[in-house]
Amino acid sequence: MLKLDSKIPGGPLEQKWDTHKFKIKLVNPANKRKYSVIVVGTGLAGASASASLAELGYQVKTFTSLDSPRRAHSIAAQGGINAAKNYPNDGDSVYRLFYDTIKGGDFRAREANVYRLAQVSNAIIDQCVAQGVPFARDYGGLLDNRSFGGAQVSRTFYARGQTGQQLLLGAYSALMRQVGLGTVKLFARREMLDLVVVDGAARGIVTRNMVTGEIESHVADAVILATGGYGNTFYLSTNAKGSNGSAIWKAYKKGAAFANPCFTQIHPTCIPVSGDHQSKLTLMSESLRNDGRVWVPKKEGDTRRPEQIPDEERDYYLERVYPSFGNLAPRDVSSRQAKFRVDEGRGVGETRMSVYLDFRDSIKRLGKDKITERYGNLFQMYEKITDENPYEVPMRIYPAVHYTMGGLWVDYNLMSNIPGLHVLGEANFSDHGANRLGASALMQGLADGYFVIPYTIGDYLAGSKLPKVDASHESFRAAENEARGRITKLLSVRGNKTVDELHRELGKVMWDYVGMSRNEAGLKKALTEIPRIRDEFWQNVRIPGEPNFMNQELEKAGRVADFLELGELMARDALHRTESCGGHFREESQTEDNEAKRDDEHFAYVGAWEFKGEGKVPEMSKEKLEFERIQLATRSYK
Amino acid sequence: MSKAKKINLTLKVWRQKDQNEIGRFETHPVKGISTDMSFLEMLDHLNQQIIHAGGDPIAFDSDCREGICGSCSTTINGNPHGPDRETATCQLHMRRFEDGQTIVVEPFRARAFPVIRDISVDRSALDRIIAAGGFVSVSTGNAQDANAIPISKESSDLAFDAAACIGCGACVAACKNASAMLFTSAKISQLALLPQGAVEKDRRARNMVAQMDREKFGNCTNTGACEAACPKGITLENMARMNRQFTSAWLTARVR
Ligand SMILES: Cc1cc2nc3c(=O)[nH]c(=O)nc-3n(C[C@H](O)[C@H](O)[C@H](O)COP(=O)(O)OP(=O)(O)OC[C@H]3O[C@@H](n4cnc5c(N)ncnc54)[C@H](O)[C@@H]3O)c2cc1C
Ligand code: FES
Repeated sequence: MLKLDSKIPGGPLEQKWDTHKFKIKLVNPANKRKYSVIVVGTGLAGASASASLAELGYQVKTFTSLDSPRRAHSIAAQGGINAAKNYPNDGDSVYRLFYDTIKGGDFRAREANVYRLAQVSNAIIDQCVAQGVPFARDYGGLLDNRSFGGAQVSRTFYARGQTGQQLLLGAYSALMRQVGLGTVKLFARREMLDLVVVDGAARGIVTRNMVTGEIESHVADAVILATGGYGNTFYLSTNAKGSNGSAIWKAYKKGAAFANPCFTQIHPTCIPVSGDHQSKLTLMSESLRNDGRVWVPKKEGDTRRPEQIPDEERDYYLERVYPSFGNLAPRDVSSRQAKFRVDEGRGVGETRMSVYLDFRDSIKRLGKDKITERYGNLFQMYEKITDENPYEVPMRIYPAVHYTMGGLWVDYNLMSNIPGLHVLGEANFSDHGANRLGASALMQGLADGYFVIPYTIGDYLAGSKLPKVDASHESFRAAENEARGRITKLLSVRGNKTVDELHRELGKVMWDYVGMSRNEAGLKKALTEIPRIRDEFWQNVRIPGEPNFMNQELEKAGRVADFLELGELMARDALHRTESCGGHFREESQTEDNEAKRDDEHFAYVGAWEFKGEGKVPEMSKEKLEFERIQLATRSYK
Repeated sequence: MSKAKKINLTLKVWRQKDQNEIGRFETHPVKGISTDMSFLEMLDHLNQQIIHAGGDPIAFDSDCREGICGSCSTTINGNPHGPDRETATCQLHMRRFEDGQTIVVEPFRARAFPVIRDISVDRSALDRIIAAGGFVSVSTGNAQDANAIPISKESSDLAFDAAACIGCGACVAACKNASAMLFTSAKISQLALLPQGAVEKDRRARNMVAQMDREKFGNCTNTGACEAACPKGITLENMARMNRQFTSAWLTARVR
């Protein structure tokens, strides 16, 4: 069993972070340059951390598997970022943002972490504006806000439909400023293949140069993983083609605990699958639900065109079932409702596997121009993909895998149970419980990178005595050899199936049995199917090409090999958690009106899994969640 | 309802093993392509075909496949990102092509973008231009309240238009001189339009333009090919703004 110490500071909730910042150790300015830190990932979390740590004086080495740090998948976030500014004067506050996030997460996140997140949210907006992020403004020149699911206030800051892009470009520019100053050494097209642990502490990584194939060791005093989510376990998701779980999976296999792996977010508004050729799914931002109304025909099997269906024969089911939140019901709830409608035979479109998101009424109310101003790029994207004009015909949408709340376990300092290994952004498990609210991932990534890690890493570095280590250390040698060995093994299979074919097979099992709705029989089936596909992978995968050139099939193969293990852990975690909570819906645990039924008595904990060796069953430890401030309540949006 | 059809095509694809090898075109027939596929899904399909036939698949960059990350970088029948205006390769769909058509697929070509393999090129020169000055020099924790300085909606919208650049490099590939003026001017313009960035605008313009020259990008001769190729509709207006800026930066530098 692992001893999971969350290191939550004492004292009242409101003062924990300030007290903690005062009490933790500092590295004096002149000594900072003596410490080196590796940051893997250049999304919001990694770029903001790299820049901020370099500004403080640490020597930073930053890695990305992409050709430029600016391409990290944070770039694709559309809708916005939350903060408790209360500029619209509609009753928002740090406490309300904290409360909404805990409730939105279905009471499966730590109070102290979430409170800190809400506290630093305002400074994030200030920082981004100072960097030149062009947020939307009103005619008075002040910042504009909109609402997102699961909130009854307007607290979401946005930059048209490209908020993630603008925030990432802000963080990227801060990072590149440090690169220019020589305080960050940037390694692009480098894939981390392993974490290196020396005397129990994280001391470096082994990477593959994706252009030359070279296997390299990098040494540091601490390692930060900010490598994003693992939604691509499902093959089809809104993640980028290159998004992967390998870095955190390798860390897991080196002893880092993996928390709540089954907590996956299925986003309700994505463009539905159109055929077998589909390589990824495209999100239609949740912000569209501010002005779009979701409906299906009342009649089963109604094949009339949408405009031929009169209002009284439409079921605006979110407005009907959740009168107070309506179309802005949170994601998990909205996704399930869409699935119920399709399961009832009331789905629309050729495949009958979608629901409408209709802008007719808001175009009438606000005019087409206003809608274009708010969502122009999304409408355009929709039309490019589907060849249908959403100003004239309602969009068709269906849920898709979008975000993973689970990730490596971290304490209040964002450090994993391996000393020196810190985990930020979507890669950690910390703040969203069993369901993430819209516009909160960007907030968390930047909170972690700009405002938490710069303090907490100093405490670690100042408090540990690290022996001098270089790349000739046996642990580095061993990790390099293992990485080379695995590449040789992958290339030598020379079978008959492509990596994509096997990944699709895994994705189908994940979606059917570990997806939106889960049950015991299905999860047990997944636990036999996934190892079967994994065995086939290692006997029958075909990876052409050589190791010492750019080899994209080899890159994919390494990631899919890891997904084939991670998927199994997700199923195992989902099977053990017999309650429903947030995005984790166990059919065995639902209320009469099909809402998720939590079981606080037995499951108010974080389930953190520990690797026990190849072929061995992993072991789960529990971190009990204590709620001092918030009353656990049934989450209702009715 | 879906208007998807199946089409057959002939692809002439650039193959080059690495920077040192001399490249060549390779011809591949592709059959039964759904017109609902994106261009990159068509390439995925071809790659699966190549792997099953025992060959080496075509290397190309892509990540988001939503037209926002700027990874994809394919020249299609001579046009960076293909025939559609304001559309990155990953958003181009096969309904844009005719049954029986031959399509020539090449990398983004420019002296400053060496080929890594097949369609994949090295665009790190663009990152170095940003590192030379494409930022506001504000460290974390130094910011005042976000609403302390009102910014007119007009300036903020114009700044956004410039900030929409995805750094793909299509502008460079489209330019006969392989100039990076549109890219560089977009960042200079965005930051100069905002009070937060205006403070160091002269220095920024000087440094970024100097880096652009060091990276062996060509000069701008105002043909406007860059604007036509840009998937995000970045306009030449940014270049006019940068030139003004640059001249004034240069002048003030001399006066001082
Ligand atoms: C389509 C879409 C829209 C979204 N919209 C919103 C929104 O409106 N609001 C909101 O709050 N959230 C949104 N989200 C969620 C949010 O964007 C992400 O959770 C967040 O951006 C993740 O940031 P990150 O820094 O943790 O990781 P990422 O941005 O995913 O970055 C991961 C980085 O790690 C690198 N990396 C990964 N593995 C390796 C490896 N092995 N070696 C080297 N480098 C590696 C990658 O190259 C990349 O640089 C959206 C997500 C998607 C997919
Ligand atoms: S793949 Fe991201 S822009 Fe084309």
